[in-house]
Amino acid sequence: MKKIAIDDTIMIKGELAQAGSHILEGYRSLFDAEVVTRIKNAGYEISGKTATGEFGLDLVGEFSYGAEQKGKLHGDAALQVAGGETDAALAVDMNGSARRAAALSGITFIKPTYGTVSRYGIISCAASGEQVGVYARGAEEAAQVLEAISGHDDKDGTSLPEKEYKYRTEAAAGGKIAVIRDPEDKADEDTKMKMEDFKESLKASGVTVDEIELDFLSPAATAWQILMCAETCNNISRYDGVKFGHRADNFRNIDELYINTRTEGFNFLTKAVILYGSDVLSKNRYKDCYEKSLKIRRIVADSMAKIFEEYDAVLTPVCSKTEYEAYDIDEAFGKVFEESEFTAIPNLIGIPAIVSGGVQMMGDKYCESKLFSLAAAGERGLK
Amino acid sequence: MKYETVIGLETHVELNTKSKIFCACGGHGASEEPNDCVCPACCGMPGMLPVTNKRVIELAVTAGLMLNCDISRYTTFDKKNYYYPDLPCAYQITQLNHPICTNGLVSIKSEEGNRDIRIKQIHMEEDAGKLIHEGKYSLVDFNRTSVPLIEVVTQPDFRSPQEVMNYLNKLKSMFRSGGISECENGAMRCDVNISVRPEGTEELGVRSEIKNMSSFESIEKAIYYEIQRHIDALEYDLEELVQETRRFDEKTGKTFAMRDKETAADYRYFPDPNLMPILIDDEWLEQIMANKPVAVDERIDYYRESGISEEEITVLISSQTATKLLEEVVAAGCDARETVKWILIEAVGVLRKGGKGLDDLQISAEDLSAIIKMVTESKINRNSGKAALAALIEEGISPEEYIKSAGIDRKLDSSDILAVVQKVISDNQDIVEAYKSGKTKAFQALLGACMRELKGAGNPGVIKEMLEKNL
Repeated sequence: MKKIAIDDTIMIKGELAQAGSHILEGYRSLFDAEVVTRIKNAGYEISGKTATGEFGLDLVGEFSYGAEQKGKLHGDAALQVAGGETDAALAVDMNGSARRAAALSGITFIKPTYGTVSRYGIISCAASGEQVGVYARGAEEAAQVLEAISGHDDKDGTSLPEKEYKYRTEAAAGGKIAVIRDPEDKADEDTKMKMEDFKESLKASGVTVDEIELDFLSPAATAWQILMCAETCNNISRYDGVKFGHRADNFRNIDELYINTRTEGFNFLTKAVILYGSDVLSKNRYKDCYEKSLKIRRIVADSMAKIFEEYDAVLTPVCSKTEYEAYDIDEAFGKVFEESEFTAIPNLIGIPAIVSGGVQMMGDKYCESKLFSLAAAGERGLK
Repeated sequence: MKYETVIGLETHVELNTKSKIFCACGGHGASEEPNDCVCPACCGMPGMLPVTNKRVIELAVTAGLMLNCDISRYTTFDKKNYYYPDLPCAYQITQLNHPICTNGLVSIKSEEGNRDIRIKQIHMEEDAGKLIHEGKYSLVDFNRTSVPLIEVVTQPDFRSPQEVMNYLNKLKSMFRSGGISECENGAMRCDVNISVRPEGTEELGVRSEIKNMSSFESIEKAIYYEIQRHIDALEYDLEELVQETRRFDEKTGKTFAMRDKETAADYRYFPDPNLMPILIDDEWLEQIMANKPVAVDERIDYYRESGISEEEITVLISSQTATKLLEEVVAAGCDARETVKWILIEAVGVLRKGGKGLDDLQISAEDLSAIIKMVTESKINRNSGKAALAALIEEGISPEEYIKSAGIDRKLDSSDILAVVQKVISDNQDIVEAYKSGKTKAFQALLGACMRELKGAGNPGVIKEMLEKNL
């Protein structure tokens, strides 16, 4: 395995870094992201950059500036890995788009524990939950690449102290996982089939599978939506036309420079995120929205920790469907919000999650090895 | 009716650190040309993450200790959102919920003796850049962006402009002597909250805030103007006072209300997810305490006891260089009053000739104490001491070396002096005659000749006495 593609939300020195947005049109990075430096140092070859939806906010990358998708949706990086054009790819997992794309293309994606991979050099949106992850054709390759990019970085204040991480992928002897009973029956029949197939495959390799109920999926998704929008709104407010990137041609004063630049520069989904994020941070909403979300984050983290005392992983769908069709951007905010019910918890509380065989397993912090082992076992059974 | 003024202050102080608060660029005053002290981080480019400069925390804690504050063992940063071209990220990293220091107290002089001013809190934050307006367009200079600041917030405890000025002068002295800040060139800026109320009443009047003044002169003028405006409004119904933010115009000497738009913002504060909470443990706090400079109050008391004048104290405590040197020289066994004269009069005199000031003084306590001891022990006279000091400051020549090379290193006993005195008398018979015929000025000429001959060595008192005896 040699070639690795880099998503456009991750910066390579001298290369365009536009995060799929008109507002960063023509922007070239002055430095390599830490993960890029580490990939190079580990002897991998960078095969190129892959397209992303504007700031990674959409379902799988369908709303990339100048390249909106039609028909069946796919993620660019996931498609390239699945098609063998590159061996693996790095992408930021901020609101589940990478995990969904991996599921649609039937490949593996690992979103690691928050703080194990440096965020230096990524086009940051939701700082408290975003993390660089790895697309690969199987759990073993994903583990190899993740080892290469993880470990402490002084340039990121949220980076954990551990210098390096070693991951195992050999099939676990036994093991015990929990499947969440879908309370609102959101997943379609095909998705349910995928879940069944994966469960059977795990059972065949000696894994015990229990069914459990969780009552916090929906509040967890709402909490992450609030935090994600607030942080994104704040982080992308620097794209104002004053310093770099797109600047409106017509303006009469500084207010118009801001307004016209940002009106032209962001797509409808990003604007919805900005409005939602501004609203939840405003004086009269802060306590009920932002502060409450932080409390939910704590409660969800505690509840999940309890589950992980008993189980090695929690198995869930990652998308409600096995295929997405192109749709109008006006509906994007609601659609992503709805789908994020499957993906929000790992971003909200910083735990790792792996997508494999079209389904997702969440694990306890620093327990990537368990996830890799289970995924490897599941993948073997499916073949 | 008689009115009482109620004032509270928010003072921003740029910290004296080598680098900025969240990146490695140089700190306050490190740059001369616009935008020559910037990096992708302080320019707001994507991909960079803030990493806190540890020194900023230590200086903020030191400031808190000097102002008798409680030090927060758990302190966090928040983001404050607003759009302005001098703010490259469109948010400022500051502290809202867990400021680093709280509940302080500082004693100041007032018309009625000493008074305590309560410090509400001290918090850390990053400075913004500068805009330069040229005709139809504006230019942005990001050199000052992310330079570390502390904001010292008082309770509304001031009752007169004089108290405010005394407080600011004291703060400046403390921060300069403590190495916290240079407090000059705009490194100290003030927001003044001011209201008036009928004397004897408790309820606070309508408050106005005058923003962002950097010269003490402006602050004082603005306060006087604002007090009068409030009293006039209350006495003569000239205008209705509203709670508002105002600016002071230095040209007209008046304050004016800022546009609503500039002040009605909701800053949408929230905790910065890029910066983990900072925990100050016992070990770190003890380390900071151990390096804390002597409290200004203690220092002032000590200086007074040593007989140093108030004027000299004011100059001394505002200079870290001077106080440090003075303390070390005194520790080496020299008299405090004498040392102050050598520093503030002789050394400053030499520095001024070279266009420099007290803070440029770079001599060791060892060298200065050597000069002072030689003079007080009469090994050399005062003028030679001054010359040695000049050589030390201007050329870095050590006192021992200088005295050797100038030929005044002789250990003189009275027989050496006697020989010179006798030689001068025999060489200058005409002057001796003149002296004897009653011209007292002639004595000075003879004394001068003796001293020239001795090349500045010897105690002038002894020489004079011997000359008188031998005439």
